[in-house]
Amino acid sequence: MKYLSIATGLFAATTALADTPELTIYTYDSFVSDWGPGPAVEKAFEETCACDVKFVGAGDGAALLARIRLEGERSQADIVLGLDTNLTAAARDTGLFAEHSVSADYAFPLGWNDPQFVPFDWGVFAFVKNADLDAPTNFRDLGASDLRIVIQDPRSSTPGLGLLMWIKTAYGDQAPEIWEALADNIVTVTKGWSESYGLFLEGEADMVLSYTTSPAYHLIAEQDASKDAVKFSEGHYMQIEVAGKLKTSDHPELADRFLDFMVSDRFQSIIPTTNWMYPAVTPASGLPKGFETLVVPDKGLLVAPDKVQALREEALSEWLSALSR
Amino acid sequence: MAERAVAINRWPGAVAAALVAALVLGTLLAVVLRAEAGRGLGPAEWAAIRFTLVQAVLSAVISVALAIPVARALARRRFAGRGLLITLLGAPFILPVIVAVMGLIAVFGRSGLVNVALRWAGLAEISIYGLHGVVLAHVFFNLPLATRLILQGWQDIPAERFRLAAQLGFGPRDIFRTLERPMLARVLPGAGAVIFAICLSSFAVALTLGGGPRATTVELAIYQAFRFDFDLGRAALLASVQIALVGMAALIALRLSRRDTFGAGLDRPARRWDAQTATLRVTDTLWIALAALFLILPIALVLADGLPGLARLPSAVWRAAGVSLLVALGSTGLMLALALPMAVAAATGRGWLEAIGLLGIAASPLVIGTGLFIVIYPVADPVALALPVTGVVNAIMALPFALRILVPATRDVVQGYGRLSASLGLTGLLWLRLVLLPRIRRSLGFACGLTAAMSMGDLGVIALFADPETATLPLQMYRLMGAYRIEAAAGAAVLLLTLSFGLFWLMDKGGRGFADA
Amino acid sequence: MLTLDNLRIDQGDFHLAANLTVPTGARVAVIGPSGAGKSTLLSVIAGFFDPSGGRVLWNGADITDAAPGARPVAMLFQDNNLFPHLTVTQNVGLGLRPDLRLDAGDTRHVARALDRVGLTGMGARRPAALSGGQQSRVALARVLVQDRPLVLLDEPFAALGPALKREMLDLVAALLEGSGATLLMVSHDPADARRIAPHTVLVARGQALPPQDTATLLDNPPPALRAYLG
Repeated sequence: MKYLSIATGLFAATTALADTPELTIYTYDSFVSDWGPGPAVEKAFEETCACDVKFVGAGDGAALLARIRLEGERSQADIVLGLDTNLTAAARDTGLFAEHSVSADYAFPLGWNDPQFVPFDWGVFAFVKNADLDAPTNFRDLGASDLRIVIQDPRSSTPGLGLLMWIKTAYGDQAPEIWEALADNIVTVTKGWSESYGLFLEGEADMVLSYTTSPAYHLIAEQDASKDAVKFSEGHYMQIEVAGKLKTSDHPELADRFLDFMVSDRFQSIIPTTNWMYPAVTPASGLPKGFETLVVPDKGLLVAPDKVQALREEALSEWLSALSR
Repeated sequence: MAERAVAINRWPGAVAAALVAALVLGTLLAVVLRAEAGRGLGPAEWAAIRFTLVQAVLSAVISVALAIPVARALARRRFAGRGLLITLLGAPFILPVIVAVMGLIAVFGRSGLVNVALRWAGLAEISIYGLHGVVLAHVFFNLPLATRLILQGWQDIPAERFRLAAQLGFGPRDIFRTLERPMLARVLPGAGAVIFAICLSSFAVALTLGGGPRATTVELAIYQAFRFDFDLGRAALLASVQIALVGMAALIALRLSRRDTFGAGLDRPARRWDAQTATLRVTDTLWIALAALFLILPIALVLADGLPGLARLPSAVWRAAGVSLLVALGSTGLMLALALPMAVAAATGRGWLEAIGLLGIAASPLVIGTGLFIVIYPVADPVALALPVTGVVNAIMALPFALRILVPATRDVVQGYGRLSASLGLTGLLWLRLVLLPRIRRSLGFACGLTAAMSMGDLGVIALFADPETATLPLQMYRLMGAYRIEAAAGAAVLLLTLSFGLFWLMDKGGRGFADA
Repeated sequence: MLTLDNLRIDQGDFHLAANLTVPTGARVAVIGPSGAGKSTLLSVIAGFFDPSGGRVLWNGADITDAAPGARPVAMLFQDNNLFPHLTVTQNVGLGLRPDLRLDAGDTRHVARALDRVGLTGMGARRPAALSGGQQSRVALARVLVQDRPLVLLDEPFAALGPALKREMLDLVAALLEGSGATLLMVSHDPADARRIAPHTVLVARGQALPPQDTATLLDNPPPALRAYLG
């Protein structure tokens, strides 16, 4: 029961008539936008499920988690789609998520064995630049250079937090020096990825913190090969995006079927050219043409979800003090 | 013994004020009650409070200082297109913040016009990012407001005084000492306090132009408390600090500028005999030209940048434009329903009611949004109510400005026609329809236009609630940016700009159209 | 008959007491030094200002607490007697129906009133298109259609030239002749009083005295009035 029982009673008649269960999926805003994977995913799953898929957008991954925390056990969501490994520990702690039974042959390194969350795509953080720019290939050289970069605030943005963890895992106790050296390279710190990327395209910075898959958008959607990503010798921090089923779901079997569908070819082949990320499971048809040109890091970095919280606090205060000077 | 309230009921105003207070403070309370024990205010939050105060003071002082020569030039020059220019100078105030930031970057950014020119001349580049960038943007937004307030001061000096001054052979310096300086001493503190209050709750500007964590404002800290730590207690604490700061500034502004308005009637410059020297002509022309360039160039660049994308806008953007129009009209209606009774009550001696209206600039949209979510969630689907909620919040945000426009106009009607109305038995709704509304039509149109434009351009709380079907235009613009579609986003910005100005123009014009007496 | 029964008015340092009656149909001037409280006295009678003691009675009925619009009073003020955004017909029509739902009979009534004040055919104009004298005539036309038994004039013609003012006063006298209404008229000018008001209430030294014969009073003014008349 979601709302007032009166309301439920009123609408029961119409629900019974239609007799199609509604699967409610909370996700981040860009997933449901007309240019994201949402519309295609909705159509594809509805063809097989005899159900109604309802996407509800809520900001980004962190806002999504905040929303679920606010709603708690009364949430009408069946599935939450769009958290990442930086958030899964906190999400797990809410006790709201059920276990899943999905297994798949994941394409990303490092393996996967999370009982509550199923990956649906992954990406690799990287600095994106104009192809004709000669850029440094590690953070120390970047800090010493006079290149201008634009990054995102780790407190409000997923890639921003990714960079924080990237430098922390690569440099450990030396992370503060790296940030201090980078401080004069940073043009500005924006709230979200969109603002940074927009500033970069406007020519406000030489490089922008984004994903290795960003150049694929320009190449495939705009036939523009002028952007590429820089491969860093420290390795690259990864982001794995996941979905989970809520314990309070009214349609647990349907939700399970969606999670299975999520790692299927049908769903996975939608991801690369709508979410501009790598599919969690490479579809049988392979990746779209153009993805073979992307930078592949030598080493993938990722902090285990249960270690994120502590490391994040430490890295953030280092970041704040380095950039507040 | 007492002067009687003339045929006017004050309780609807009190009810409206109570509603506003309940919405702003009630949502804050809802957040507090929902909060778990957090960590309270740490050094980072105090730094944010400090930065907020510093940037707001700088923004207010610089806006007002620059507005003086501009207002003076406008006050003593008569030229073709003066009225149009004054209207255009008001544009930044109703400009959607994200659009304005795009325009400022096109002018002052690293590859903006100014730096291109500097590079060409072999000079050092300037950077728009950092405290000075935040202040620059705030000056851009508030210079028009400051100019209007100060210009009003100049026009309130009776033309006879200038005639007398000319008779006595006063030069510009004598005029300044005897006429202008006392006026400025009266007008400037109020104007400064208003702008200070507005800049205190700045959010989006500091986000993009701030340059880093140094430039964290209180509103940004609230956002981060929610987002990063899910610390509702700290968010509520920060929101209370913000309400206290802005509330104090706003009360001071209200005390200092009780009689001032930035409403209509700026189209009659007094004839001046003292300012006809060549030097003064050149200085005035220069100031007007510089101000016009500073305020209009960024907007022009946004337009130029976005026009190519306009033709290729996806249909979802047009749908969102429709949604935004609806929300804007709804907010405008709601604003009227709140502001009119409050203005009537404030004009008939309940001046403190206007102070409650000021909560609108003090409140954090994020706290109102989250509070409403907490309150609504147990009884209804917040997503289904996304648009009404956005409309309500936008109306509350515009209320302080609407009241500032409507209260003086209403007071004039009450003072001028209160007794006549009462002796003829014109009371209640009849009085509203036959006397008040027609008499304050100009101000009404101006207030409605301002509200509609502000609501149109505000990203507001919709981002907290939106589902795909109910996206507003600013949200859709963000989504385009988030999907790499920068060109289409620029096109959407042009659409947003056009609709905001269009709404403002239509309503303002509608108000003027029949103001024939 | 208007009765001011032990009326007391206090406003800061200002005090005024009135204990008098004005017979029905009388035309009374209210005269006195400036600041003595002539306008305030009319405000209390019209209901804009609460007295601190005493009663206002009309034909024996207590109207001290009645709303201004509910009193048997039609009043003209020093200025703002017309709504600038309404037409002449509407301004006059307000005296018949405050909601302006004028039927054919009402409209004819307004037109007749306009005829009587010499504004035939000007009903569609707005006040801004009229001269000062014409504006006063519109206001008088409204007093006429209001048809209240007590008419209060708070120097509505003060801004007009002497000839025009005399013309207006004569018009007032003529109009009242027809309706039999009682008139109370504040004035600075003894000549106004002599012209149309057989009786005068002197307001001076914190007292509003009962009506006296105007000519007698002005010919032998008491000291307070003498100082004022000079």
